[in-house]
Amino acid sequence: MTAFLDYGSDAVLMARLTGDNWRIEDYVARGGYEALKAILTAGTPPDQVLAEIKLSALRGRGGAGFPTGMKWGFMPRGAPEKYVVCNADEGEPGTFKDRDILRFNPHSVIEGMAIAAYVMGCACGYIYIHGEIWDVYERCEEAIEEARAAGVIGQRIMGSDFSFELFNHHGFGAYICGEETALLESLEGKKGQSRYKPPFPANVGLYGKPTTINNVETLACVPLILRNGGQWFLDLGRPNAGGTKIFSVSGDVERPGNYELRLGAPFAKLLEMAGGVRGGRKLKAVIPGGSSSPVLPGAIMMETDLDYDSIAKAGSMMGSGAVIVMDETRCMVRSLMRLSEFYHEESCGQCTPCREGTGWLAHIIHRIEHGEGRPGDVDALDRVAHNIMGRTICALGDAAAMPVRSFVKHFRDEFEYHIEHHRCQVADHV
Amino acid sequence: MPLSAVACQKIDKAIAKYPVGRKQSAVMAALTIVQEERGWLSPESLREVAEYLGMPPVAVYEVASFYTMYHLKPVGRYVLTLCTNLPCSLQGSDVAARHLQETLKIGWNETTPDGMFTLLQGECMGACQEAPVMLTGHQRMCCKMMPPQIDALLAQLRDEAAQKERQE
Repeated sequence: MTAFLDYGSDAVLMARLTGDNWRIEDYVARGGYEALKAILTAGTPPDQVLAEIKLSALRGRGGAGFPTGMKWGFMPRGAPEKYVVCNADEGEPGTFKDRDILRFNPHSVIEGMAIAAYVMGCACGYIYIHGEIWDVYERCEEAIEEARAAGVIGQRIMGSDFSFELFNHHGFGAYICGEETALLESLEGKKGQSRYKPPFPANVGLYGKPTTINNVETLACVPLILRNGGQWFLDLGRPNAGGTKIFSVSGDVERPGNYELRLGAPFAKLLEMAGGVRGGRKLKAVIPGGSSSPVLPGAIMMETDLDYDSIAKAGSMMGSGAVIVMDETRCMVRSLMRLSEFYHEESCGQCTPCREGTGWLAHIIHRIEHGEGRPGDVDALDRVAHNIMGRTICALGDAAAMPVRSFVKHFRDEFEYHIEHHRCQVADHV
Repeated sequence: MPLSAVACQKIDKAIAKYPVGRKQSAVMAALTIVQEERGWLSPESLREVAEYLGMPPVAVYEVASFYTMYHLKPVGRYVLTLCTNLPCSLQGSDVAARHLQETLKIGWNETTPDGMFTLLQGECMGACQEAPVMLTGHQRMCCKMMPPQIDALLAQLRDEAAQKERQE
């Protein structure tokens, strides 16, 4: 019997994957490329496909959660040169779902891109892959070759009038390129610094042409929606958030890994799938949506469902679905120090509040952690973070500020204890 | 030293991915290819890439200095980049970092005297379920790198290097 990778019983995106059955013939055996074939054979009007995506209530899986159908609808009709880009620059600390989709099911993304290109009238697309996952880039190169040889991408696909060329592009170590306009700069062969919006990429994107950028997981959902219907996908999740979501669970759990759940499933279920808190310890805190999302105390998280609205109501964000779990022995000052060093390192330097502010944050947290904190430092952290938020071109500024403000909000006593006693309140087992 | 025929061939393949007149899009691939061949990117290498792609050298430098996986100074034969971000740190990267530093007797951004290993601190590599994560060069991701796995890897890389030297 074939051993399947275990993403949980709700899995549809990651169902029936063994780790080895990533090739095109395996994908076709699972019903792959049927959706594309059906559309091209019937000559389904792009608007009809778009209506199905809108009905599904698919929302962007990269972090922002923007309705995909609406995003596609922003693309101007008739422009001669348009692009669709897959954002596979997965670098948000704690997130590792796109890596699994691309290495175990790459053709789901290729088919999703071809359908997206058909709907928006794009003749060319790029998959921008995080440079650190080189083996995945190489696999995607192979997968695109397979797709080209099978005639599911290329000129006049399956005898239709629709042509679509697709290529991989690799990053080489810059978190900022996960931001869509920085990614476009990088694709153009420049340093990855974000662009002002507006104009939005749907009007002025890659090479100045209309462009839509979607996350890997978002695109992988597209063939499933068209094969099974928008209503089917909608019914898997919640009314304004259809489908399942892959959650990347890391940190203090018994079985870190990716788990696919219906949107709206309770966090407690996800924690159970990941084997619970490591060593039977108590849950202290959870960062529910990647390192940029506000941290929540474990007790709040245990009462929260995993969907956009429920997590927002609890005070954080669904983000990319990266769930970082911390147990009772973890020092919150030290944990925040790691994150703040990261944002300081990854700030591209374009906007002063982020470039300078992330440095000040890292510096202050470093001194608190090392027993040299000063009275007023906690307020200073909150003030600096507040002054970064909303004052930068891209979201990296907010991403650096949100963890700080939430750590201080929920765990202020730990920061104060560090400053007053020059040592840690908890016996950290790091 | 001009770009090798193999490198040019690879760069041409990268250029073909982009629309006519958009050769600059291939700069990241070109730099990666040259670094793979030469170990690091000297000012001369950057100039050669610039010339090949028809870009001003400063534009190539801007790219090479922006992305952290390009090396603008000589590095050891094997560059080891350990992730020390929060998820890896919660799953043992502090232990791994200490072990690497003590075993190799070097700190971050340093190279062993024999020129074999350079040790770098990395940021999230997107594989946190297999933390601690470490890259060897840019092509090889090593997962769950605790001290025994680190020792095995270092021994393997030393063997690999010795074998190559014997062949040469």
